[in-house]
Amino acid sequence: LTTAVFLEHHEGELQKGSLGVLGKAASLGDDVAGIVLGSGVKDLASQAGRFGAKKLFVADAPELEAPLPQPRVDAIAQLVGEKGIDTVLFAASVLASDVAAGLAARIDAGLNWDLVDIVEQDGALVGKRPALEDTVYVDVGWTTGVRLALFRPGTFDPAESGGEAEVEELSPAFEDFSTQATMIEQAHEESEGPSIEDADVIVAGGRGLGGPENFSLVEELAKALGGAVAATRAVVDAGWYPYATQVGQTGKTVSPKLYVACGISGAIQHKVGMQGSGTVIAINKDPNAPIFEFSDLGVIGDLHEVVPKLTELVKQRKGG
Amino acid sequence: VKIAVCVKEVPDSAVNKRIDQNTKRLDRSGEGALNHFDTQAVEEALKIKEAGGEGEVVLVSMGPAGAIDSLRKALAMGADRAVLITDDAAAGSDLVATSRALAAALEREGADLVLFGQQGNDSDGAVLWAAVSDRLRRPVISQVAELTVADGKVRGKRQTEFGYDVIEAPLPAVIAVSDAINEPRYPSLKGIMSAKSKPQESLSASDLGVDAGALGEEGSGTTVVALGDPPPRGDARKIEDDGNAAGQIVEFLAEKKLL
Repeated sequence: LTTAVFLEHHEGELQKGSLGVLGKAASLGDDVAGIVLGSGVKDLASQAGRFGAKKLFVADAPELEAPLPQPRVDAIAQLVGEKGIDTVLFAASVLASDVAAGLAARIDAGLNWDLVDIVEQDGALVGKRPALEDTVYVDVGWTTGVRLALFRPGTFDPAESGGEAEVEELSPAFEDFSTQATMIEQAHEESEGPSIEDADVIVAGGRGLGGPENFSLVEELAKALGGAVAATRAVVDAGWYPYATQVGQTGKTVSPKLYVACGISGAIQHKVGMQGSGTVIAINKDPNAPIFEFSDLGVIGDLHEVVPKLTELVKQRKGG
Repeated sequence: VKIAVCVKEVPDSAVNKRIDQNTKRLDRSGEGALNHFDTQAVEEALKIKEAGGEGEVVLVSMGPAGAIDSLRKALAMGADRAVLITDDAAAGSDLVATSRALAAALEREGADLVLFGQQGNDSDGAVLWAAVSDRLRRPVISQVAELTVADGKVRGKRQTEFGYDVIEAPLPAVIAVSDAINEPRYPSLKGIMSAKSKPQESLSASDLGVDAGALGEEGSGTTVVALGDPPPRGDARKIEDDGNAAGQIVEFLAEKKLL
């Protein structure tokens, strides 16, 4: 048992992205361990077992209560050293990325990031990494004894296998500098209505809408298509739409069957949150908008004209 | 306060980026420019210095000797001096190796605050600060969208997947700012004129006391095995609205069985 997956949790739930990576790791053949670090987290063991972990390393300590990276680096570095773990995998997130990179420096282990797959090739692990706006796929490897990898959010779906994980408790020691950063305040917005992470159809609005009042265009189309509404960080920051609907690097990661982007330029920050979508349709008046580079159908036009007409046609079609 | 800002030269956005098939590295032979995300870290450093009325903003970078030209843009914005780690042995350094060199240069500077931009727009890397802070044994706060420095402490507000965090740490500390933090200033004419005469220092691995074998491909923990084409994205289409785009979208949806 030499591969371990960092399992991120929030409000008593293991995160979907981590469980997806756990399932992928388990599918590579050998038994896989999960790592859960936090305070009051022992109950998460059964969840980890259901999604493919044979073993669960748990560290329960007040230093691990806030989701901050440095005490987690301490804990995993000790775990890797003591248990002979040679591969640690992470689903990328604000927290996991900092943990993985801190760990890479601490134990001088190679870290590959932004992976969309990992395979065994001639006895060695090889990661698949899209680069340069996904125009090139790079096969990456490791030259160090311990291998670290961060996977793109939403790359793998969790697979329930219904097993049980044997729990082993850790008692990590913490470095002085690791506990110097402290969480002063955490404000979590509760989402209303169906979660965009589970929607099959998403209609998303960006700055091109022109103002918060025009979000009704997006809402009407979403309703006609039976989908959910999402927004970019720019419009959430501007206060046009609630944070819970934000798709992107610092928002939600979504992978619906259909993603309709209205007035969204397609900045990297947004792209990483929706690039796992099945079919992407983009409506934007700027013919050079980057969103067109990862759309299946790009429509150069005024969304204020196109979207209401589209809503009408979809309604007619569904009605008839 | 003394602030070190880690910045990087990346291929100019007007140049089509490509990976060299022989070295399997990003081709950096074309026109370079200062990584846009780093200008936001420079802007934040200048603001902190201006608010405090004193201090120093020093740029720390690693790259080919020519990268000094890109650093000049940040000097023109108002940074006080630049330190460039440049060594043939450092070419091809990954995260593990790059963080070694940067940490060594930052130790030498002994800044109160080390700032990073959100990501490198060449490698889309967004992790270097965490590796550097671990080597420096200093607290780190990433994705900071609002930064305050007072009473020997730094406080950052940031957005995560779940909402907002406010995190505090004592100085010296390492901060990575998000691209939501500010709008970087344009260099003034006076700034551009004075940039060339500001101190610009080049350091080799041995100047930093770093073993050349700890840098470059030899000092790296990762390797590129092969380059390939991305999986085809199907038949991507682009149409211009002639009044009937909505109809064409409906046909497309029907064709894909999405209606």
